[in-house]
Amino acid sequence: MKDVKVLGPGCKRCETTEAMVRNAAERLGIDAKVQKVTDYAEIARYGVASTPGIVIDGKLVHAGGLPREEKLEEWLTA
Amino acid sequence: MSASHLAESVTPAAGSVTPAAGRRSSPLLWYGGTVLVLALWLAVYIGLRPAADALTGFLPVARESRLGEALAFFLYDTPKVLMLLALVVFVMGVVQSFFSPEKTRAFLSGRREGAGNVMAAGLGILTPFCSCSAIPLFIGFVQAGIPLGVTFSFLIAAPMVNEVALGLLFGLVGWQVALLYLAFGLGVAIVSGWVIGRLHIESWLQDWVRELNATGGCCRVPEDEITGVERLREGLASMREIVGRVWLWILAGIAVGAGIHGYVPAELMARIMGAEAWWSVPAAIGLGIPMYSNAAGIIPVVEALLDKGAALGTTLAFMMSVLALSLPEIVILKKVLKGRLIAVFVAIVGTGILSVGFLFNVLFG
Repeated sequence: MKDVKVLGPGCKRCETTEAMVRNAAERLGIDAKVQKVTDYAEIARYGVASTPGIVIDGKLVHAGGLPREEKLEEWLTA
Repeated sequence: MSASHLAESVTPAAGSVTPAAGRRSSPLLWYGGTVLVLALWLAVYIGLRPAADALTGFLPVARESRLGEALAFFLYDTPKVLMLLALVVFVMGVVQSFFSPEKTRAFLSGRREGAGNVMAAGLGILTPFCSCSAIPLFIGFVQAGIPLGVTFSFLIAAPMVNEVALGLLFGLVGWQVALLYLAFGLGVAIVSGWVIGRLHIESWLQDWVRELNATGGCCRVPEDEITGVERLREGLASMREIVGRVWLWILAGIAVGAGIHGYVPAELMARIMGAEAWWSVPAAIGLGIPMYSNAAGIIPVVEALLDKGAALGTTLAFMMSVLALSLPEIVILKKVLKGRLIAVFVAIVGTGILSVGFLFNVLFG
């Protein structure tokens, strides 16, 4: 069970990122709990300065802009 | 997004083959293709003027009439602005792939005020920035111990002196004006940030931001190794995104510009926005604050205003205040800054823009 957090306030890219994560997890058949984090204080705690960010099992793997599909799969399968 | 579509159409049997495999094309193809597209772009761009004139000729209105003037402006400017925008955003997307807010933050942390303000303003142009991530960026900077004034230099420069503004000014109004805008935009960002730093008003941040600051401690953001082809792809992606987001603004801006072009008499403009009318600079700034547009929408208007004899200082002050001080941004900033600090921010940046406006009108009036 992967614990995935998508960091980002309400912006469009953040929503797209969340959808990409869900799609990728489903496609790869990975059991993942995907959560969106919108609270600024909590986002700041992960040390990102740009959103959307992606945290997998407590580890920050991506910050700023849309993730690339192949990278996303890499992180999810790691 | 098309990529995810593609991936979904892959049958489950082929599930082990990642969609990336199909798209991994050779670097040579990418570089060659880029050069080819750029050459094509240039050819089309050169041909725009005659094509637009020919097209206006077919319309049942006299070229010299007001409507004819407005239509000619619209027909020529629309493709021109869109093409310029696409090129500028692509090039800057590639350049910005070398920068990230996290790298900029690491670079700026521990810098002293003064030199820090100058570097922050400069990096504001080069670092990818969108207003929706202004808050995380602000918090991230403060958290990393970057002085408040240096953070503000970055936050003022980033939306005001951006690649879209510079590229379009360069293309539509001329390189001299673009260069002046660059120099004075940076100047306003550097000086305003420095002044805010001098005031020592860290206590005017919202309390929760200061508490975060006290706990400190940032994580390291992973950095991807990134190839030349991926940089090109990044440029393409930002082109798709930004052009997709702002093209409607541009059309609106050009329509307003076309209206000014065809219908606003030049002497009226000279009287209202000319160098003689000293009050026009503060009026232009006051008008600019509640207006929210992005660079792409405002520059066709700027072009038309200048063409009609509006003074350079007044026009640039108007543009700066539309871009750097906007109500939606102020509302967002309210989450991290107390009202007093926002008032100080608006007052200082406003004063800076005012000085630029007056200075230009005196120098070039």
